[in-house]
Amino acid sequence: MTTRPHVLRALAAGLACLAASAAAETEISFYYPVAVGGPITKIVDQMAADFEKENPGIKVKPVYAGTYQETVVKAITAHKAGTPPATAVILSTDMFTLIDEDAIVPFDTFAKSAEDKKWMASFYPAFMANSRTGGKTWGIPFQRSTIVLYWNKELFKEAGLDPDKGPATWKEMLADAEKLTKRDASGNVTRWGVQIPSSGFPYWLFQGLTTTNGVELMNEAGNETYFDKPAVVEALQYWVDLGRKHKVMAPGVIEWGTTPKDFFEKKIAMMWTTTGNLTNVKKNAKFDFGVAMLPANKRRGSPTGGGNFYIFKKATKEQQEASFKFAKWMTTPERAAQWGMDTGYVAVRPDAWQTPKMQAYVKDFPVAAVARDQLQYSVAELSTHENQRVTKALNDGLQAALTGAKAPAQAMKDAQAEASRILRAYRH
Amino acid sequence: MRNQGVIGWLLVLPAAALLALFTHWPVLGTIWASFHATSRGGRPAPWVGLENYQVMVADEVFWRSLWNNVWYSLGTIPVSVTLALVMALWVNSAMKGRTWLRVAFFTPTILPMIAVANIWLFFYTPQYGLLEKVTTSLGFPTHNWLGTESTALACVMVVAIWKDAGFFMIFYLAALQSIPPSLAEAAALEGAPRATYLRRIVLPLLMPTTLFVLVNAVINSFRLVDHIVVMTRGGPNNATSLLLFHIYQVGFSFWDTGYAAALTVVLLAILAALAIGQFVFLDKRVHYQ
Repeated sequence: MTTRPHVLRALAAGLACLAASAAAETEISFYYPVAVGGPITKIVDQMAADFEKENPGIKVKPVYAGTYQETVVKAITAHKAGTPPATAVILSTDMFTLIDEDAIVPFDTFAKSAEDKKWMASFYPAFMANSRTGGKTWGIPFQRSTIVLYWNKELFKEAGLDPDKGPATWKEMLADAEKLTKRDASGNVTRWGVQIPSSGFPYWLFQGLTTTNGVELMNEAGNETYFDKPAVVEALQYWVDLGRKHKVMAPGVIEWGTTPKDFFEKKIAMMWTTTGNLTNVKKNAKFDFGVAMLPANKRRGSPTGGGNFYIFKKATKEQQEASFKFAKWMTTPERAAQWGMDTGYVAVRPDAWQTPKMQAYVKDFPVAAVARDQLQYSVAELSTHENQRVTKALNDGLQAALTGAKAPAQAMKDAQAEASRILRAYRH
Repeated sequence: MRNQGVIGWLLVLPAAALLALFTHWPVLGTIWASFHATSRGGRPAPWVGLENYQVMVADEVFWRSLWNNVWYSLGTIPVSVTLALVMALWVNSAMKGRTWLRVAFFTPTILPMIAVANIWLFFYTPQYGLLEKVTTSLGFPTHNWLGTESTALACVMVVAIWKDAGFFMIFYLAALQSIPPSLAEAAALEGAPRATYLRRIVLPLLMPTTLFVLVNAVINSFRLVDHIVVMTRGGPNNATSLLLFHIYQVGFSFWDTGYAAALTVVLLAILAALAIGQFVFLDKRVHYQ
């Protein structure tokens, strides 16, 4: 019985301590998605803990929020309810949506010192294309990717092709694919030459074709699209012909999620997919594989993809400042390099590739640098006001053409008409 | 007497309050929101009257989703209910291993829809999926089941049937076990064939269950879209877009909450009409004991 006052006193002291530290402490919640394989949540938790150690007074609460789509839904819903996260990693293409919802603040507000400004200028320009609009920086590149072509060296050798050289042009890709497509005695295909997936977000892979065909799909202000330009229709015609005319790719809409598995099972000899799958392919392909930049037609190129850091408007001033610090800390050259090696995402700044660790990694695994080398040709991912609605108009058109429901020219004309109607309100 | 009425109302109150708070109030809120445009950037939503409904009339994806849903319901409900009845009759008979069989039939129901959809996604995978392995070994050419507009909807319907039939079977099984065995004995004594016993005695006695199952099946066919999200995301070219999936897209991808509310009102109206129809028309043919 005599111990009770002691216990109480200790408890009270503890509580007082807690209260004091809570007053001096800024807690920021951080929503992030997981879109590739691997123990991402563990890595993020570790990074947050390391940040807290180096920055006493700031507590980071990482919240795994699902896929990209779920993360943006949760963040916007929370924003509407008045309790958004302080910071979040969300698709770079959701920038206009977040601005239109008045949910985020530009990073420029917090960049006061020369060092801060230098940091904001340290990223690859290709990644900044989806992070800036109207002269302001709304997002900081974190987990970014581009599309590359993976090929199976074993199957190349089997088909009498040079196993160390991927196709460099549209023509070469078609010619290779024709040699790689295998049919059994009754004419049924047992292996396809090439696969460009088209479920979910076909517009992104389509941009790999339009960019290499020398045409952009939208303007920088995000209020105009060019879906019905002849070069765009031409790109779609090439895609459709791979399946319907040349029969070197499975006809119809091809699932994005099972594409790597098709590749591992040798049911396809070449695939187009994100560099974010690099670590996955490295682990699971039981054969030698090569990685190449997307084949060119009029030029080289690929859209970028992936997620940026954003800072939310309804967070307190202190939380926003802390979020800025956190984003800066997460994207130092060393950490950007480590994150790239752990996940397969492209390290977002040139000096990350100069770090000793990264150089050793690239020397051992040279294909990791293909995505980096492609960056100089890369363009912004399709992003407009009312982004999801506009991309859906394009996706529907692409799928209609790929399944044969509409001719490419008609499909793109309809998609453009729909996009213009949606964007009407944003053109002043 | 008066006192009893008050106590009755008090007893109903907790349930009624919950129902009002989480069902009736949101319904009214949705109807109210459907007459407003979507608010952007924290500004209040302006009143637009029936404009959202006019947009809907011109919205091709809405009509496509609605028709898809009609075919989906017509395809899944009769098959899954019939299948449930057949399975229930089968596992109700005295035979060896029937517990094992019951568990097997019920398993699809306990699995979460997301997991189910992922399993089926690989069943339907071209070339090396389970279905393709069977069809190609029989000499059929390979087919992209989920990637072709003509087959995608049928494929997702099969998943729903597989998932629902076991669930409905449990209700039929419970109803079958509550039929007194004396009826079967009497029928046997009178020399009635099994088919007659089934048609004149069992099926009429199962009618209340059938009504219940039908109402649930209808609701399920409009309510369950998890597998669409996993398997096709409404594609190819909206071939598998169901009404609720379209609402989700408009509401949570496009953030057009005003229009999404209008779509929800239509869904509510359809469900209410169907439920009332079922109760009014089928009730006459249902004999409660």
